[in-house]
Amino acid sequence: MPESPSTLLYCRCAYAQVVPSGVKNEVLQRLCDSGASFESVSDLCEMAAHRDPRLTALASCGKLRIAACYPRAVKGLFQQAGAPLPEDTEVLNMRTQTAVEITEALLSSDSATALTA
Amino acid sequence: MITHTHRPLRVVLYEGQGAIALPAEARTKVMMALLDKGYAVTRASNGGTPAMPHDDRSLLVLGLFPDQTAPQIEDATGQVKIETRDISGLDVEGILALVEKNRGTTTMNEPGKWKPWFPVIDYTRCTNCMQCLSFCLFDVYGVSSDNKIQVQNNDNCKTNCPACSRVCPEVAIMFPKYQQGPINGDEVNATEAGREKIKVDISSLLGGDIYSALKDRSAAAKSRFSKERSPDKALDERKKCLTKLVGDGFIPADVLASLPSPDEILRKAAQAKARAEAALAAQG
Repeated sequence: MPESPSTLLYCRCAYAQVVPSGVKNEVLQRLCDSGASFESVSDLCEMAAHRDPRLTALASCGKLRIAACYPRAVKGLFQQAGAPLPEDTEVLNMRTQTAVEITEALLSSDSATALTA
Repeated sequence: MITHTHRPLRVVLYEGQGAIALPAEARTKVMMALLDKGYAVTRASNGGTPAMPHDDRSLLVLGLFPDQTAPQIEDATGQVKIETRDISGLDVEGILALVEKNRGTTTMNEPGKWKPWFPVIDYTRCTNCMQCLSFCLFDVYGVSSDNKIQVQNNDNCKTNCPACSRVCPEVAIMFPKYQQGPINGDEVNATEAGREKIKVDISSLLGGDIYSALKDRSAAAKSRFSKERSPDKALDERKKCLTKLVGDGFIPADVLASLPSPDEILRKAAQAKARAEAALAAQG
C-alpha cells in the first residue's frame, strides 16, 4: 500500500528577521512553482504565543514536513502550545540549509535530508 | 506584548479543478504579500498533498475562475463560512486590498507591530530544577498541576531579553527569535553545554544553585536550602547579576528599567521560592 503523502507546511517567520530572506523567498517560490498543495503560516512563534488551535490541526495532519527553523525550537513551540508533533515529523531549517536542499526534501517522495523533529 | 489573540484569516489560493492556474510569478508574490501581512494561506492545487483540516470558522477562497465568476461554496456541515472571490485582473495590491476588505474590522496581529518573544522549554533537556522560576522577576514561569515547570505568561516576557536561558544549567530554554545558538534552538553540543554552565556559575549568585541542589533531594541539599541568606544581600546580588548581563549586551537596558521595586522583587523571590519548594517536594 503506497505511503500517504506528507502535508507540507511553510513558516514565513514574518514577525522577525531571523530567517535569511533569500532562503525563505526561494523556498516559497520553489513550492509555488512545484504544483504541490501546501499550507503556509505567517509565523509559528506568533501562533504558539496565542496557543492557536491551528497548531493542533497541523499536528494531527498525519505525516508532516515543515520548512521553518531549528527542529528543536519548532518541536518545542508545538509542544508548548499543547500540540506535540508526531515523532516522524520532518523539520527543514531555513536558517542553516539551502533553499534547494529544503525544497528537495519537502517535495521528495522519501525525504532523506530532512531532520526528524 | 500581545495585543489580542484573534487568529488571522485563513486564505485559500485555489488552483484546483474548475479554476485556472495563476501565472507563476503572480502566485508567489500574492503568497508573500499575504503572509507578510500576517495571514495564513493554503495553496490548493491538483498536486496531491493533503491540506490541513478545516478547523477554521471562516475561509476566504481566491482564484481565477471561468467567466470571472467565483462559484458559491457551502460547508456541508454548515460550520464554516466560506467566501469565494474571483481575482481576475487584480494585481498583488488589489488582491491584498480585497482580502483586507473581506477581513473587515476583525483584528489580528501584524508583523512589524509586535515580536513573539517568549521562552520555549526543551523538555528533553529540562530537569525541572526551577531555576528559571526563581530567576524571572516577571512571572513568565509557573508550575503545572503535576508540578512541572512551564511557561505560563508569555506576554510578560521582556522582548529581546533571554536572561533566563543563561541561568538554565541544562541549556533547556530557547528563544526561537534569538540570533545565536543554542538559545535559538540550535543543537547543544558538549562544549556549548559546558560553556553555558560556566556562565550559570555567575548567576548562581542569585541563589539558583540552591534550587538546583534541592533537585537532588539529598539531606545535604535540604540542609543547604534551609540556610537563608539575608534578603538585602540576595537583592543586591540579583541586581549585580542583571547589571552585568546588561553591561555585556546580553539583555536590553530597558529590562533593568522595568524591574519591580526592591520590595516587590523580594516578595516575588519569596513566592517563587515557595512555589519551587512545593513543586519539588511534591515530586518526592
